[in-house]
Amino acid sequence: MEKFLTWIDDRFPLTALWKSQVSEYYAPKNFNFWYYFGSLALLVLVMQIVTGIFLTMSYKADATKAFESIEYIMRDIAGGWFIRYAHSTGASAFFIVVYLHMFRALLYGSYRRPRELLWIVGCFIYLMLMAEAFFGYLLPWGQMSYWGAQVIVNLFSTVPIIGDDLGTWIRGDYTISDVTLNRFFAFHVAAVPLVLLILVVVHLMALHEVGSNNPDGVEIKDRKDPKTGHPIDGIPFHPYYTVKDIVGVVFFLIVFSIVVFFWPDVGGYFIESNNFIPANPLQTPEHIAPVWYFTPYYAMLRAVPSFLNSQFWGVLVMVAAVLILFFLPWLDRSKVKSIRYRGGLYKGWLAAFVVSFLILGYLGVVPVTVWGQFRDTVPLLGGADKATVLARVLTVVYLLFFILMPWYTARDKTKPVPEQVT
Amino acid sequence: MRPALTRLLAAVLLAAASSASASEAGLRLEPALVNRLDVESLQRGARNFVNYCLGCHGAQYMRYNRLTDLGLTDSQIKDNLMFATDKIGSTMTAPISRGDGTAWFGAPPPDLSVESRIRGADWLFSYLLAFYRDDQSTTGWNNLVFPRVAMPHVLWNLSGTQKLVETEYDDQEKAEAAAIAVKGLALVEPAKGGKWVVKMVAPGTPGTLSAVEYKTFVADLVNYLDYMAEPVRNERINIGIVVLIYLGVLFAFAYALKRNYWKDVH
Repeated sequence: MEKFLTWIDDRFPLTALWKSQVSEYYAPKNFNFWYYFGSLALLVLVMQIVTGIFLTMSYKADATKAFESIEYIMRDIAGGWFIRYAHSTGASAFFIVVYLHMFRALLYGSYRRPRELLWIVGCFIYLMLMAEAFFGYLLPWGQMSYWGAQVIVNLFSTVPIIGDDLGTWIRGDYTISDVTLNRFFAFHVAAVPLVLLILVVVHLMALHEVGSNNPDGVEIKDRKDPKTGHPIDGIPFHPYYTVKDIVGVVFFLIVFSIVVFFWPDVGGYFIESNNFIPANPLQTPEHIAPVWYFTPYYAMLRAVPSFLNSQFWGVLVMVAAVLILFFLPWLDRSKVKSIRYRGGLYKGWLAAFVVSFLILGYLGVVPVTVWGQFRDTVPLLGGADKATVLARVLTVVYLLFFILMPWYTARDKTKPVPEQVT
Repeated sequence: MRPALTRLLAAVLLAAASSASASEAGLRLEPALVNRLDVESLQRGARNFVNYCLGCHGAQYMRYNRLTDLGLTDSQIKDNLMFATDKIGSTMTAPISRGDGTAWFGAPPPDLSVESRIRGADWLFSYLLAFYRDDQSTTGWNNLVFPRVAMPHVLWNLSGTQKLVETEYDDQEKAEAAAIAVKGLALVEPAKGGKWVVKMVAPGTPGTLSAVEYKTFVADLVNYLDYMAEPVRNERINIGIVVLIYLGVLFAFAYALKRNYWKDVH
């Protein structure tokens, strides 16, 4: 064994890689609950790839066969139902863990110098994840698949001048058709996963270069043991965090299994009931709602009024809401990283941001008429849908969280940061 | 901050869940009396489905031999439930073409393989109890749950006829209170002059089954439709219980391992 390893190491830096990335990668010892979601995202990625490969073996990317091939997987393939439910639940689980992972960065300032690139790579991963989910959602070829794709491709058609051609170019046809299904399949199983994997490797390399942040926002590399040269507040990732993450993984799998085995459609949120109707280009469903993880942005899109006869402004706001994340490292001017040492201003804005995101997510699921209209006697708002008005307010709050950040983080009263982690 | 956020999240999720279930405003469905473990009910439901539905509707993803799930043998299925084919592995295809369906009913009868996953068991149960006589419609029937539905009431021999009963109320609140008091199928709608109306069905001429017998008949049928939409459901739940027990034990070990390793971290 020893000899074999030496043989390998002479030709490939296996032991060196294991040491630098795992057994001698020093991570802060004070990770809390929020630090499970990185490794969980990696787990879900692997699960999606594995279940995806098995689904591909029986799925038919053909507009006349796609829907029935899914039912075939559900009924006639041994264990097919499990693979399919694991994949559909995995899609939602991916967004849940990634949203929580991103929220962790907001809590503890993990995007701040020297981790700007780490954050930006993460934002690209999020973009790719959205693309992956969007392409994948067309594949079951149900009514929601079809009309959801229709709505999202139509967003590109709102671009001035080139819009219509752009839409045709994306679809490869004048409507969503077999051509569109085949190219979306290609993107979903080959192109996007490949990019996603590369980005995840880059994300991990960047992380291990700068080192992990922690709930105190203290740089553990600043205080090293003079004898060993290792950070005083650091512990080797392996075995400490490998055994800890296994606990997180098992807990996650318990929750995941509860969904897969007992409630796979989650009341229409993970698998929409209208998606059991085969795609019908001639029949628009009464209420088209994207899957829950896109609904905050969908609510923003609907909230922005059309201007100069164009819906493009809504699309711009929606795109801005995602892209503004990239600038976070330079918008935050606070002296401290972690929420533990920030003042009330940041805490208040962060809470407002989270509340806006959640309520926008809810509003994106329901029709705009859900709460009815304001009475005609109400000044300015008379006759307007209450839900739309709230969505507008919350969209502004969401954007102001970022736009005003340089101002309120600089002004915020911060507490002194300890020299070592607590 | 954290408990407040948790509470808010819970509130949002609750609101979302309730709005997703109340798809059609004003309509109060009757909860379906179905039991996924009642094999006899499922067998009766399969019989009802083959005898009364499969003449027009298909279930193109459901194989006859899958009915062995319901404790039936291949020969029992062949002798009692298969009329359109000799091959036990064939699917329950519709005997009439889409073209004929459109010509006869105005719309092709939908495939029922996954109907229960689209509509839900309560909807199907209520729908089959909600036919009433309507001279205005082409079939002579109308439906409280699915107004102006193309399907005639094929079970009328069994159920007898029903008629529509409308009661007017001064405002929405009173109408909704009355609809809740019905404890069953009721539709609340705005009427002329700012009034509100509660629509219900009431028995007309009796059929060959009593009201209770007919309800059981429909419950069995819906139970079967619900099974057919996801035949693997019982197996899925049984496996899930074993998986959770396994993961629970694994969690205990994983946690003990972590505790042991972390003893020296302060």
